[in-house]
Amino acid sequence: MTSASSNALLAGRRGFTAQLSDLFWRRPGLLLALMLAPPLLWLGVVYIGSLIALLAQSFFSIDEFSGLVLYEFTFSTYRQLLLAANFDIILRTVTMATLVTLTSAVIAFPIAYYAARYAHGKWKALFYLGVMLPLWSSYLVKIYAWKLILAKEGILTWGFEKLHLTWLLEAILALPVIGGNSLSVSYLGTFIVFVYIWLPYMILPTQAALERVPGNLVEAAGDLGATPQQTFRTVILPLALPGIIAGSIFTFSLTLGDYIIPQIVGSSRLFIGQAVYTQQGTAGNVPLAAAFSVVPILIMAVYLWVAKKKGAFDAL
Amino acid sequence: MRSDRQSATLALKLAAIGGLLFLHLPILLIFAYAFTTEEKSYQWPPPGFTLKWFGVAWERPDVWEALTLSLKVGLIATAIALVLGTLAAAAVSRSKFFGREAISLLVILPIALPGIITGIALRSAFSILDIPFSMWTIILGHATFCIVVVYNNAVARFRRTSGSLIEASYDLGADGFQTFRHVILPNIATALLAGGMLAFALSFDEVIVTTFTGGQQSTLPIWMLEELIRPRQRPVTNVVAMIVVLATFLPILAAYYLTRDGDQIAGGGK
Repeated sequence: MTSASSNALLAGRRGFTAQLSDLFWRRPGLLLALMLAPPLLWLGVVYIGSLIALLAQSFFSIDEFSGLVLYEFTFSTYRQLLLAANFDIILRTVTMATLVTLTSAVIAFPIAYYAARYAHGKWKALFYLGVMLPLWSSYLVKIYAWKLILAKEGILTWGFEKLHLTWLLEAILALPVIGGNSLSVSYLGTFIVFVYIWLPYMILPTQAALERVPGNLVEAAGDLGATPQQTFRTVILPLALPGIIAGSIFTFSLTLGDYIIPQIVGSSRLFIGQAVYTQQGTAGNVPLAAAFSVVPILIMAVYLWVAKKKGAFDAL
Repeated sequence: MRSDRQSATLALKLAAIGGLLFLHLPILLIFAYAFTTEEKSYQWPPPGFTLKWFGVAWERPDVWEALTLSLKVGLIATAIALVLGTLAAAAVSRSKFFGREAISLLVILPIALPGIITGIALRSAFSILDIPFSMWTIILGHATFCIVVVYNNAVARFRRTSGSLIEASYDLGADGFQTFRHVILPNIATALLAGGMLAFALSFDEVIVTTFTGGQQSTLPIWMLEELIRPRQRPVTNVVAMIVVLATFLPILAAYYLTRDGDQIAGGGK
């Protein structure tokens, strides 16, 4: 009925744009195709094409004598990943990503919980901006700030000294593996900076999930005799879990792929991102770089699959 | 039980405020360092304060070149992302079609995968196609991951825009372009503005993809990165860092006020 009367109305119009829009009206599929074509060409052809070009390279290998890429299908580059030196890099990165994710979840939860359940009006806006501003501040400037903080002559050393706790800082730095000459060249420093930089990505989805917990469920739990702790454990936490998992997708994935933070704050031992960077750059071994970059893609694919099963995507 | 809950709230308050301080104090520290008289190290507390480094930074041509390139790249990449992101959002929200879910995934993918993968993938594609590195290769990379923020904002707004408005416009005799110009565009304008500003902020700050897609040119973040790895004049870096912080706060605050009444705020999917 509507379409028939519109057609009758449109039939009398003249002019190119009018005719064109009549055509679109009669064939919505054409308009849809025209609207989708540019973004699909860009993302589907340029971006996905690049990804495929990269993945294809991981099945090539490098000639050890000439240093040139051999364009023959082989799994030998992937076998190289299992060499002790390379496998250590993968293990180190995954361990770091796991620890960073767990720590961010612990620090993020109270902020998200307070913002979602207690803050109102102005305070809510303040909390929101309080998370958004650090999230969007320059990534490099944030790393730079931590280089200032963690430097041997920096504010942290000064603070420990003023509190007469220099011995504590020295004890921490003397710890095997995580310690080092100063915090800015230790794993501990890398870890702190990772947590700092990715924390907002954990807060936002957690807060979104907590805000969706229906208030009457919490009241019902109280009415049925649950203590606040029980309510928290059996009602609020399970309902917030998809949000935490959604946040962990970001913290985990971002830590896996980052190569700037460990380069600037940290010991000289490599992470996956740095391995990719040096292999494709100075080492000139693009197949190995490509194989290395498949690792985070695979890990994230499994992670996303598990997250989807837990319903984390509804919390994004 | 009552007192129980209140004591929990105090601990919670402390943890929440502590967390926020953890997020903000390091950024504030940058402001103090911009005025330090110390040149050779990151000494705290600063031995003295001076305004001299603002003048020195102002005179540096390399800072200006990097800034200009960053602005150019950001503006062009944002313009491309605005067009492509809005088209994709309009297509996804106005009709149901086969593969609709796949479009959302495709748009999010460049930001969901680690930046290094996007970067190295584009780099290998450029070298296969023999495309020389230039400002345009940087723009190509930036536009790819900027689409998602525009898309997210536009989709959220389209969802809230009533379809009956568009039908009414058609019924009153407007053609598709007039409807777009007078009905759809005013409805989505603030969402696009917010999305555009966030896309610009994202591009202005991007470093990982840029290291792979840029040649000799350096954007401001690349300049920063070089200063971080091989410091030349630390106080100038301090000043530039402070200005970058101030410059990114403004678009974020503006985007917040533009989408404040909306259901979904832009940055969620960064």
